Amino acid sequence: MITFLQTYGTQLLLKTWQHLYISAIALALGIIVAVPLGILLTRTKKISGFVMAIASMLQTIPAMALLALMIPFFGIGAIPAIIALFIYSLLPILRNTYLGMEDVNPALIDAAKGMGLTGWQSIVKVELPMAAPVIMAGIRLSATYVIAWAALASYIGAGGLGDFIFNGLNLYRTDLILGGSIPVIILALIVDWLLGKLEAAVTPRTTQA
Amino acid sequence: MFLTMEHLNKTYPGGKVAVEDFNLEIEKGEFICFIGTSGSGKTTTMRMINRMLSQTSGTIKLNGEDIGKMDPVKLRRKIGYVIQNIGLMPHMTIRDNITLVPKLLKWPQEKMNQRAKEMIKLVELPEDYLDRYPSELSGGQQQRIGVVRALAANQDLVLMDEPFGALDPITREALQDLVKDLQERLGKTFVFVTHDMDEALKLSTRIVVMDGGKIMQVDTPDGILRHPANEFVENLIGKDRLIQARPSITTVGQVMLKNPISTTPGKSLTDALRLMHEKRVDSLLVTDEANILKGMIGIEDVDYNFNSATSVDDIMNRDIFYVQSNSLIRDTVERILKRGFKNIPVVDDEHRLVGIVTRATLVDIVYDALWGDEEEDEESDNIHHGTDKTPVSGASQTDAKGGDQG
Repeated sequence: MITFLQTYGTQLLLKTWQHLYISAIALALGIIVAVPLGILLTRTKKISGFVMAIASMLQTIPAMALLALMIPFFGIGAIPAIIALFIYSLLPILRNTYLGMEDVNPALIDAAKGMGLTGWQSIVKVELPMAAPVIMAGIRLSATYVIAWAALASYIGAGGLGDFIFNGLNLYRTDLILGGSIPVIILALIVDWLLGKLEAAVTPRTTQA
Repeated sequence: MFLTMEHLNKTYPGGKVAVEDFNLEIEKGEFICFIGTSGSGKTTTMRMINRMLSQTSGTIKLNGEDIGKMDPVKLRRKIGYVIQNIGLMPHMTIRDNITLVPKLLKWPQEKMNQRAKEMIKLVELPEDYLDRYPSELSGGQQQRIGVVRALAANQDLVLMDEPFGALDPITREALQDLVKDLQERLGKTFVFVTHDMDEALKLSTRIVVMDGGKIMQVDTPDGILRHPANEFVENLIGKDRLIQARPSITTVGQVMLKNPISTTPGKSLTDALRLMHEKRVDSLLVTDEANILKGMIGIEDVDYNFNSATSVDDIMNRDIFYVQSNSLIRDTVERILKRGFKNIPVVDDEHRLVGIVTRATLVDIVYDALWGDEEEDEESDNIHHGTDKTPVSGASQTDAKGGDQG
């Protein structure tokens, strides 16, 4: 273990950093696209089923295949990997945003409108705060997926902790496989824990204490 | 006119008619209840006032201004809105809930704080509740906040959609008293949707009865009870309530015996005695030629003065108790019973004799009030109460209807 760290320590840090930023950018893009889209779908219920079906379909494409599909369009490296992971992150966030917004007590929305809140004010002041815990749950789920699948991104030359794992597989080196897998797991746990904290922070208070 | 609704129609896609030719004018300070069964269009009509729904045709004018031409958001900020499910924002403190609309109107912070304090005082809750969240209040307290939230921005008109439907009867009554008080004290105009007739009768200045999207009747609570426009209104009021309400809305004119036996002051005592004998009565009312009530003579007077007096005029009792035919039974029965009169002449506005109320009539009234339909347990308690009150003296005339006048 110590020898492993002595040999691969700096490389491990570098790969972990790559892994983290590929995942983070993909997830951020996912949030930027899926949350507004989810809100939009609650306003246009007619097309919501259609959009959700497409998102679900994208989710069913095997990860390896999706990564490979990126190469003709975006070549190899970090960018195609980020795009593929972004596509994966969409569905959980989109679905939870949609369900969370749909689940807000209609009486509250009616009261908000009846008191003279504009549609935008109703979303920002009432619906989003109420739906925040559900949306955050979707984001946490996506984050875990993205970090796990980012390991595959090494396959198209994006770097990250997947490099260790693929090397280990090719060279029959268990220490490299574990040296790549364990940090991925730890990374996923830490990110999930941090997002859990964030979820608690954005969950609106409903009692004084 | 404060609020005018003209020829309102609402047809939903698919042809379902929700509201049909609805016309109503509401004065400032009125408390209007829309009542009807579900699907009667009462909520639909109310929601058109703050443009939560738009009418298919017709106009609504607030202070003479067509609301269809106003910005709906600005309009709604001027109209208080209270719904059944309370609709307090669970993630906002009571203070933020109360000042929700003032905040939208960009009041300065200081003024909003001041307002929140005033409002919580108005509903008699402690000031430190302002920092609590709705979930920390009871249902009744929450709806109190719901009510003042609708007034916080000085709204003159408040719409309420079955606001107390989900509350227990005691809390409901307290809140009804509260809104009634606010209406009377602050001069706010309320449009209140309910399906509870007791609530409507208690709160309204006028009740709008609706069925199938049409107005069945618009009248004061008394008017509705007194003259239900049709069978639907009668059923909505309910037989029990109509019977209970009878003593309070029935006029003396409706229950009195018509054609009372009377004589004139110029008649001799012999004539008077003959008339009493013929009609089997023990007293006579005295009127002049224009049928104006002058007095009364009893058989005792005739007997005592038969030899000394000649005409009715000499011995009649001029200082007699009488009632107006349009006064309410509710107000007169007790007075009649207390004084122990055997019978009371009834006069019209010009003091002309039109009828008589005897103790037999009173028995009928009490009987109808208690057993008008069929007996109920709680009502049988009242029977003892009622009979105890009736003095036994003066029962001499209660045997038969008709001939028992004096």
